[in-house]
Amino acid sequence: MSHSLTRRRFITGAIAASVTATASGAAAVLARRHGLVPPDYGGLFGAGETLTYAAHRVLLYRQPLAREFRRDQISENFPAINTTFPEGDLYRQDVLSGFREWRLTVDGLVARPSELTLAQLKSYPSRTQITQHVCEQGWSAIAEWTGVPLSTVLNAVGILPEAKYVFFNCIDGWWDSLDMADAFHPQTLLAYAMNGRDLPIAHGAPVRLRVERQLGYKNLKYISSLTVTNTSKEWGKGQGAQGAENGYSWYAGI
Amino acid sequence: MSELAQVGVLPERNPVAVRSPRHSGIVRITHWVNFLVFLALLTSGVAILLAHPRLYWGETGAFGRPALIELPLPLNLDQSGWGRSLHFLAAWLCVLNGAVYLVYGMTSHHFKTHMLPDRAEIAFSPILKKISDAVHWRKPSEEQTTYNVLQRITYLTVVFALFPLMIVTGLAMSPAVTAAIPMIVEIFGGHQSARTIHFFVTNLLVLFLILHVAMVRLAGFWNRTRPMITGRGAGATESI
Repeated sequence: MSHSLTRRRFITGAIAASVTATASGAAAVLARRHGLVPPDYGGLFGAGETLTYAAHRVLLYRQPLAREFRRDQISENFPAINTTFPEGDLYRQDVLSGFREWRLTVDGLVARPSELTLAQLKSYPSRTQITQHVCEQGWSAIAEWTGVPLSTVLNAVGILPEAKYVFFNCIDGWWDSLDMADAFHPQTLLAYAMNGRDLPIAHGAPVRLRVERQLGYKNLKYISSLTVTNTSKEWGKGQGAQGAENGYSWYAGI
Repeated sequence: MSELAQVGVLPERNPVAVRSPRHSGIVRITHWVNFLVFLALLTSGVAILLAHPRLYWGETGAFGRPALIELPLPLNLDQSGWGRSLHFLAAWLCVLNGAVYLVYGMTSHHFKTHMLPDRAEIAFSPILKKISDAVHWRKPSEEQTTYNVLQRITYLTVVFALFPLMIVTGLAMSPAVTAAIPMIVEIFGGHQSARTIHFFVTNLLVLFLILHVAMVRLAGFWNRTRPMITGRGAGATESI
């Protein structure tokens, strides 16, 4: 009896193992084909990052909007962390001139590489939204943001079909990237106003990114350029973000 | 596998039954995976918490705003990167492991046989007696062939209330998940409320872990732990 049990167990186990292996292999191929693998899929925690990213891309397939709030819910106190005033004379001059010389460089896989002024960005149809900023540290605050949807700018410059990521460079040297699902999400803004006023310096003037379905650190401040690419490999160590190289997930939808 | 063997009823004169597993393979594997995963979640959870050891109620909260509770923990901003990565990897393992356990528990009648208390058992005095025994550190005298009523109620609470609550409050803190399912955070009264509940349920799970290990120790640490590892009791002379 115990003999046949052992054999049956062995066969069942072997079948289960091969089914699991085949399913995982098929899942990996499908995930790659449908863009469900984040740039920081490698390493010890890569499996977790990939499962979360893939699950969210499926869950958010219909591009639902992040929660929006009433005006009376806006936080009195919205902390400003990391860079609160970029170093260097260039930024100081920009501030003094009201960012008249500031340009947003848009290049990479686009039909019309461009340099946009702040006035040009403000001339596009804007979107205003009251959302909650969730910091990875644990605090959160609500603010109203006004800006041009990133999709408007990307459509204006005409992105090429092979585009997969939008990379952002910041005045303070930080860089990060978004996939196309978040880049084209209606709430993803190049925001130039906060709570009805020009974006404060501490919050990223003249233009910061709002990507409402991810944690605070993806909402880059002091944007200076964006580059459309079809690969994450050519930036830094290829993990898609400076934050990812410091141990923070590239995808922060959590 | 016969129901007798699964229940762990081991009549002393039945050598076959003595060799039969007291805990099934699935229960043993998922128990220890869950144990490791819980330790990983707890460690990484503390690492994340140290980046902002203040709790709030409602939607928002930050330095400069009144806290519900200021935890007496050191502020440390440098541990949340690996903390978060480990937390979510472990959370996935916890959910997948839990799913295996739930499917097994339902299909094998494990829940029905071992976890659901008899209607007659759910009475004030026998439950109170069990608690009193434990408090007075009285070793259970009867031969235990299955879980007693106090264990059943506790395990049911942990499996069907505390762990699900941890998962749901965890998801309620995700700006992506709440975009798809806003109700998941609204039922808790806001993002920071969900975070605070997540913290307090963690405390209940830690309390459970401490009491669980204490009770195992009271009943005989190796006599209880060995069957959870090997599936077998100490041998033919061991009546439990």
